[in-house]
Amino acid sequence: MVDNQRKVYMIAGGMTPFKKINFKEDFRLNVKHSLDYALKDSGMKTGDIDGSVSAYFSDHLQGQLIAGAMSNDFIGLAGKPSKRIEGGGATGGLAFQTAYEEIASGTMDTCLAYGFENMSHVGTWRGNDIIALGSDASFDYPLGGFYTAYYALMATRHMYEFGTTEKQMAMVSVKNHGNAMHNPYAQAPMNITVEDVMNSPVVSTPIKMLDICLMSDGAACAILASEDVAKSYSGKPVLIRSIGSSSDTMRLADRPFGEVPLLPNENTDMYSNLKYPGVHSFRAGRLAARMAYGKAGITNPEKEIDFAELYDAYTSSEIQAYEDMGFCPYGHGGKFIEDGRSMLDGDLPVNMEGGLQASGHAIGATGIMQAVYAFWQLQGTIHKHLGNSRLQVKNPQRGLIHSHAGTGAYEAVSIMEAV
Amino acid sequence: MVEWNYNTEYRHSYAEDSPFFTALGKGKLIGSKCKSCGFKYGTYRKYCMYCGSETDDIELPLQGKIHSFTTCYYSGETFRGDVPYTLVLVEFPGIDSLFMSRLFMRNGEKPEIGMDIVAQFKKFQTFTVNDVYFVPA
Ligand SMILES: [Zn+2]
Repeated sequence: MVDNQRKVYMIAGGMTPFKKINFKEDFRLNVKHSLDYALKDSGMKTGDIDGSVSAYFSDHLQGQLIAGAMSNDFIGLAGKPSKRIEGGGATGGLAFQTAYEEIASGTMDTCLAYGFENMSHVGTWRGNDIIALGSDASFDYPLGGFYTAYYALMATRHMYEFGTTEKQMAMVSVKNHGNAMHNPYAQAPMNITVEDVMNSPVVSTPIKMLDICLMSDGAACAILASEDVAKSYSGKPVLIRSIGSSSDTMRLADRPFGEVPLLPNENTDMYSNLKYPGVHSFRAGRLAARMAYGKAGITNPEKEIDFAELYDAYTSSEIQAYEDMGFCPYGHGGKFIEDGRSMLDGDLPVNMEGGLQASGHAIGATGIMQAVYAFWQLQGTIHKHLGNSRLQVKNPQRGLIHSHAGTGAYEAVSIMEAV
Repeated sequence: MVEWNYNTEYRHSYAEDSPFFTALGKGKLIGSKCKSCGFKYGTYRKYCMYCGSETDDIELPLQGKIHSFTTCYYSGETFRGDVPYTLVLVEFPGIDSLFMSRLFMRNGEKPEIGMDIVAQFKKFQTFTVNDVYFVPA
């Protein structure tokens, strides 16, 4: 690939608090509130934005088609170029990357990526149904398909292959809910123990209620800009160093049993007996990370990434993502949390603000929410935005954000750096 | 806030996947084999995910092993009356990919990875993938 693209910076971000139900504000007002925050923080005006990319996952959840255009005119961007990106749970992450491409290609000098979802229009059981239509409607969904079951099938196999335990999964939940105690944007801050998670109702073996992310109402936005524009604002821009994405089969049953796509710090001997990805790992996540690392010149992610916002739709998927991202070898994800490495004071903190588990998961907003948290972390402005410094990673230089659709049918990984 | 219903009757056609669903009524499980790369699929598909070539129908063995499993105590609204139920990914000997299905255990038995299971077919076809299910062999 010829690297003739322009550098891309994130210059502002904002989000609404994530809530279980928010009938007082619709999606348009959620988007506006997140944008107002970003504009105020950066000293920008709506007129400074060249165009936008909107992100929301489901027309069924929203009950309103072309909801991106409706948000766009509500926030004063009618007449400017805009498009909607949809890619399941990776919707926000992919929209962020599309905004990156608008700047990198020279199409725009400033681009707004915003994401939203209002999941409270339907009850939880119906919501599960709608989300499960994001699996094969002929072969998967009619079996009683529902996403927790699909991730549970993966978790069961991960435990079998690598000896990962339910207790290790519970530790992820304790960490993310605990972190959220210091985040006023978070939907479910909780001081809980491993026992609390283990004793919560079983949803789909081995996954329990407190292993599962939230369904949320909320919005988030990120303003991206070229180098020249980034320099003209007084705030502290953050470089989006690289983006990577990949895809895999929609059906879990179609996943092949081949070889591990290696990272520069790995070798074939490490995985001589591992059939990959099967259903224990997310190949698209590994390939997306490898692409992003390649473009950023990262050869040892374990050492060269200072923190990560990973897609913890389930506690098991955070453990799987440690491995897919190369923070530890395949099979060592359980130990990674057990050793405290992804804790706030660990050497590679993950989901410092609570992740999808505790901060919230308003699907279209999620990937952009991750970008906003990473932006504040790299700016060193967590105190300013969250009202306390408890979650601020010490002097971080480089962060990673990661999201996926389905059981990893699309995945998006972006690398951001302090400048 | 007002409430309104959002129901739609969908005409869902299995289209090119129809031979699989028809075969279930004859007590057969049909998979696919790629005409050019030879990959053998445990779940029917008319075109290969690797090379895009057309596939041939192949008859799958009716006995396989549990590759992974989960028992659901919650679900989507549509299957609320079915809980608890167990889903399995089935691996068949000599076949390169898996098949997802429901598993019915006899009283007191627990599913395990590697357990031998065998396909059963519903007497009265519903023309869904539920026309086949698995039980311990
Ligand atoms: Zn082929």
